[in-house]
Amino acid sequence: MISKEEVLHIAKLARLELADREVEKMQKDLSAILDYFDLLKKAPKPAKSEVAGDLSATRKDEILLKNPSVAQKIIAAAPDKKDDYIKVKAIF
Amino acid sequence: MDLTELTIKQAHEGLKNGEFTSVDLTKAYLEKIKQSDLNAFLSVTEDLALEMAEIADEKIKSGNFGLLCGIPCAIKDSIMVADEKCTAASKILENYSAPYDATVISKLKEAGAVILGKTNTDEFTMGSSTENSAFGVTKNPHDKTRVPGGSSGGSAAAVAGNLACYALGSDTGGSIRQPASLCGVVGLCPTYGAVSRYGLIAHASSLDQIGPIAKNVEDSKTVFEAICGRDNMDATSVDYKFEEEKTGLKGLKIGVPKEYFAEGLEPEVEKIIRNEIQKAEIAGAEIVEISLPSSQYALACYYIIGPAEISANLARFDGIKYGLSEPGNDLLDVYLKSKGHGFGAEVKRRIMIGTYVLSSGYYDAYYKKAQEVRQLIRQDFAAAFEKVDLIFCPVSPFPAFKIGEKADDPISMYLADIYTIPMKLAGLPGISVPVGKIGNLPVGLQIIGNHFQENKILSVAGLVESKE
Repeated sequence: MISKEEVLHIAKLARLELADREVEKMQKDLSAILDYFDLLKKAPKPAKSEVAGDLSATRKDEILLKNPSVAQKIIAAAPDKKDDYIKVKAIF
Repeated sequence: MDLTELTIKQAHEGLKNGEFTSVDLTKAYLEKIKQSDLNAFLSVTEDLALEMAEIADEKIKSGNFGLLCGIPCAIKDSIMVADEKCTAASKILENYSAPYDATVISKLKEAGAVILGKTNTDEFTMGSSTENSAFGVTKNPHDKTRVPGGSSGGSAAAVAGNLACYALGSDTGGSIRQPASLCGVVGLCPTYGAVSRYGLIAHASSLDQIGPIAKNVEDSKTVFEAICGRDNMDATSVDYKFEEEKTGLKGLKIGVPKEYFAEGLEPEVEKIIRNEIQKAEIAGAEIVEISLPSSQYALACYYIIGPAEISANLARFDGIKYGLSEPGNDLLDVYLKSKGHGFGAEVKRRIMIGTYVLSSGYYDAYYKKAQEVRQLIRQDFAAAFEKVDLIFCPVSPFPAFKIGEKADDPISMYLADIYTIPMKLAGLPGISVPVGKIGNLPVGLQIIGNHFQENKILSVAGLVESKE
């Protein structure tokens, strides 16, 4: 079973606050799921290696014209803002 | 005549012949939605629907209008419709309003569609029953004590319960086909890249695809044709144009993967699927037993790659840009509390798995290994499609299950997608077509094709769908 400390460490990396009972349930669920993943150890290595994706799929780095109202709506959706700026809490 | 029972084609004929207007049709659906206790919709966009219906009626009067013009539909609540709420069934987006239309929505609007509302889903489309919705489970119209499947359970239940003529869903590991099977409607998961994902709230970006849920195969084809194609806003979409093809069963090579008829498949489901395969054989198809040996790893592979992508995609819900924001002492505190209070149990579980498999020391053992296994799965299917034209197999190992039956055991819930996940990892298209029932409960046949062979799948699906 994965330890409480390990769950808390992963939760911190994920920026996720977990209540005590959630930590306990997570220990149990994560352990069962990780055990299930052991199945993959049986899988052979692929014979030939593939290059993932078609690199030419990236679009040109250019500005696409959009309706300015979309920008206003996006700013309006921010929970904390001043004028056209989104406010962010101090890091320290 | 109950207007809500009509297919797209039938409703189109009625509109063309002036038997009723789009406003009549829209009002009939809105009334039915109001009376419904299925909890298929998270929001009903009544004003938008009536406005669109009036515009459609004007177009119809002009005589120049397509099949989808004036036809009311439902949209999964993970797909953005401008200025309407888009929650992805999550508390973190409970009050979020979409700033723009998804490309599929722009296309439907262009075609004159009428949008009735946004349908329930598992939170962020993660689940197989809609039980992970923050806003309550959707009930299966065939048995209200049972789930509709998921995650596009609201869309499937809406179509099956005549609350919409058709619907859009999204499929990451089975989320269109499995609920379509459990609700007895047709669900098409297109090839990865066939339909733009722009405006779809991301779950796992290397797998997500939008597709139609409809009453029959012909309607699915109509909707797919309207939404597919290259979009500049989605770099993974490809230049693809649907071309109708008439594929008969005579001489068609149908592969039946032996691994899909093993332990875990309910005998009554197996009987219905085998019967369908036999009917195809009688109609002249050649049945070929095939092997997809790496399928046994697909579920584990999916629950590594999916959560890894989830942990990255859902990092954006930080309480700063949009959505729920909990007050905190500093930035980290805002992140921790907003995510901690905003996400439900399954979403948290997957973020945790994803973060774990990508974390230092575990990356090679889990994430890298899963990518290698994904390659094996792709190679299995590639080898199979050298021998056969299409694959026939079950969609779900069991019909609709009871609400609550699997809710506390993540792995038993994950197993609901055991037959829909492998082909997703290979980016292939598949459809669920209703072919039988166990008591009241529908069972779907899954037809999988090679990349961009939706035309072949739809053509053959039209021949096998049960015509009740």
